[in-house]
Amino acid sequence: MARILGIDLGTTNSLIAYMDGRIPRVIVGKQGRAMVPSVVAMTDNGLIVGDPAKEHLVRNPERTIYSVKRFMGKSLADVSEELAYFPYKLQEQGGVIRIQIGGKSYSPPQISAMILKELKLRAEAHLGEDVRSVVITVPAYFNDSQRQATKDAGMIAGLEVLRIINEPTAASLAYGLQQKTQGTIAVYDLGGGTFDISILKLKNGIFEVLATNGNTHLGGDDFDRTILDLLYKAIQTESGLDLGQYPDQMQALRLEAERVKIRLSDELKTQATIDLPDGKGIFRREITRDQLEALVGDLVERTLGPCRLALKDAALQPAQIDEVVLVGGSTRMPLVRQRVQELFGKVPHCELNPDEVVALGAAVQADILSGGTQDMLLLDVTPLSLGIETMGGVMSPLIRRNTTIPTSAKEMFTTYVDGQTSVDIHILQGERELAKDNRSLARFQLKLPPLPAGVPRVEVQFLTDANGILNVTAKDVRTNQTQSIEVKPSHGLTDEEVERMIGESFKFAAEDLKARQLIEARTEAEAIRKATEKALGLGGRLIGPEETETIRASLDSLVAATSGADHRAIRTRIADVEKATHHLAEVLMDTSLKEALQNKKLEELP
Amino acid sequence: MEQKPQAPPKRTELHMARSMCWHCQSEITGEYFCEQCVKVQPLSKELDYFTCLGLPRLLNIDLEALESKFYALSRSFHPDFYHNKTESEQAISLGNSALLNIAYRTLKDPVQRAEYLLKLEAGSAKDIRSSPPADLFEEILALQEDLEEYRQAAPERDPAVLEPLKAKLSSDRDRLEQRQREMDTRLPELFNAWDHLQTRAGAAPVDDRLRKERETILKDLRELLSNRTYLRNIITDLVAAMA
Repeated sequence: MARILGIDLGTTNSLIAYMDGRIPRVIVGKQGRAMVPSVVAMTDNGLIVGDPAKEHLVRNPERTIYSVKRFMGKSLADVSEELAYFPYKLQEQGGVIRIQIGGKSYSPPQISAMILKELKLRAEAHLGEDVRSVVITVPAYFNDSQRQATKDAGMIAGLEVLRIINEPTAASLAYGLQQKTQGTIAVYDLGGGTFDISILKLKNGIFEVLATNGNTHLGGDDFDRTILDLLYKAIQTESGLDLGQYPDQMQALRLEAERVKIRLSDELKTQATIDLPDGKGIFRREITRDQLEALVGDLVERTLGPCRLALKDAALQPAQIDEVVLVGGSTRMPLVRQRVQELFGKVPHCELNPDEVVALGAAVQADILSGGTQDMLLLDVTPLSLGIETMGGVMSPLIRRNTTIPTSAKEMFTTYVDGQTSVDIHILQGERELAKDNRSLARFQLKLPPLPAGVPRVEVQFLTDANGILNVTAKDVRTNQTQSIEVKPSHGLTDEEVERMIGESFKFAAEDLKARQLIEARTEAEAIRKATEKALGLGGRLIGPEETETIRASLDSLVAATSGADHRAIRTRIADVEKATHHLAEVLMDTSLKEALQNKKLEELP
Repeated sequence: MEQKPQAPPKRTELHMARSMCWHCQSEITGEYFCEQCVKVQPLSKELDYFTCLGLPRLLNIDLEALESKFYALSRSFHPDFYHNKTESEQAISLGNSALLNIAYRTLKDPVQRAEYLLKLEAGSAKDIRSSPPADLFEEILALQEDLEEYRQAAPERDPAVLEPLKAKLSSDRDRLEQRQREMDTRLPELFNAWDHLQTRAGAAPVDDRLRKERETILKDLRELLSNRTYLRNIITDLVAAMA
């Protein structure tokens, strides 16, 4: 069967990995980097994804999307507190956030699909084969809506998502493969936007998750913001400038805040440098590691509560954890390492690159699915309790958190009034008592036969599959007939929307291709121009002035064409230049051959 | 003479939903897979958790052996190993895995295990108590008064009033937790009594004395579990109120 790849779709960076025999490897791009920044720029010439898009953050802030993972499966109300930090406009439609760019609106899964496509292209170029099937990782604490949104993103990108797996568990697979670890391990995963803690038991190739906890809205982005806020206020005080009025400068400030944070993991102090607008010069500010640690202390502390809860759910004391593994770029911070070490009382592992380990684990899981690896098996859990709303707005749990998946629960429904023909069912996820305090996943209407009250009996099965995604089926117990249910997601795209977006993505792909062809044509035009200039310099005296003139004219039209957006026009001009320089090339070849021959002795010739 | 209401199922009883392979229609002699066409077979929906995990219906369980069996069956049924198979096989794998996971979760925990056994042997898990058990009546009443007093005083946020009340509640909690520990020590006694009865009953013909003994053990178990749940809920409320 076709090869299955593993994808880490991260808040800040994304990676794709494959299994090379028994060894998982991340795929490196042309620039030698494995990480593709999770940034999408909508330029006049089409879509740009990854490193080149990152440059647009400052040049083109309103049309460059980053950290879209924070919006997956969310409504506008969920992210209201951080709206001010994002330069692009957000709206809501059908409980789903829509990002407004240049009169068009994109759902977060559509943007994520653009990143997935870039990864797909990268893998196809590297492996020289089509990539269709993938495993995608998500934070362990992602709820059903967020998982479904990730699956939708895969579909929109034209990929078959065979499995959604949890990031910390993926990391444990990569570690387990390498070290043949046995015992109880804790995976502490602090990424760009999310935090997870998972406690696992490893025995004879079985990776059994005992408990998981986390926060899907806590990560490196939040650390950056504390530095950003500090610099923003300092600039306002010192120069009277409100950078909030300059979206491009705000992005430059955000990126500088990130760099400051990264440098302070190795150095005790560093200097933040920002170019100010309106000719106000350059702002410089020294920041020490102590200062940073004071700023982010509370945020790091907020990761420890979930760790303790996970330990409690696993019925373990910190001392009973044999190994602690660090995952995610944010675990490079010395303060994070120190606090984790204090909590568990042991030095954490970080032998594998914390940026790559999740993608590597996804590749291992992909290999298990394709039948390659057979000795390893992952038994994961559902991170949040699943239930339904009952009388009085109370949440009645059906599947408890930390239950091994797949799992199912059945509930019997009947009527309270004679002739009643339907029951409204509201599915919830969360740990709170009241329905309104939990996440609304979906609603559906259960059809019942018109009979006296209490007579109809419809059994509804809630089944959480190995992806942690809920499936609902219903059966009339009296007739044994299965009933189809139309579940309306509260914060997700409908099937029709996903279908439409798959169609649109082909349109984007066409625009994408156009942008790519234009870039390639321009690069080639530039190379031809340089070569021709050089040839004219070398052999200009060997040809007539008329010919030189023709070549010069063809070069001018080529340069004119490259400023346009039509790659075909550029190609035509390239051909013209090649035609005009044909004779010159021959003359040069001849001359160099003669020179070469003159330098050789007669007997050396064949 | 009347037959014993429910005899514990024998280990050899068939675990599968049907005795014929859903795929090739041949008779199934293997445990979970058809020997003819090697297709996975669906577990019976009526299959009880003890049988699912290959255990006799006893309350003392070797947890290591339970885990090994669970891991082995997970390797047989998990959907990860069915990706290249047909849709029917994938559906069977999903259903079997879900049942296996629920069975393991239930039997792993002694309280859930005992509740489940009660449901199998006596129809319902436990009575849901609305009033305190007799031997706890005084204590619970006193606690509810303390709790009410604390709730009324709490909005004032006066430490001089709240601190002594808090101390009182906290000692109430300690006392109740001590009671729960006492109950928990009674659990193994009943577990042993049940298991002993089962081993004896397996060899001897069923008589009135055995039947009475059986009913007494189940009744005691039911009462103990109900009281325990009641106490747990009170303690949870108490902890929530103090937080």
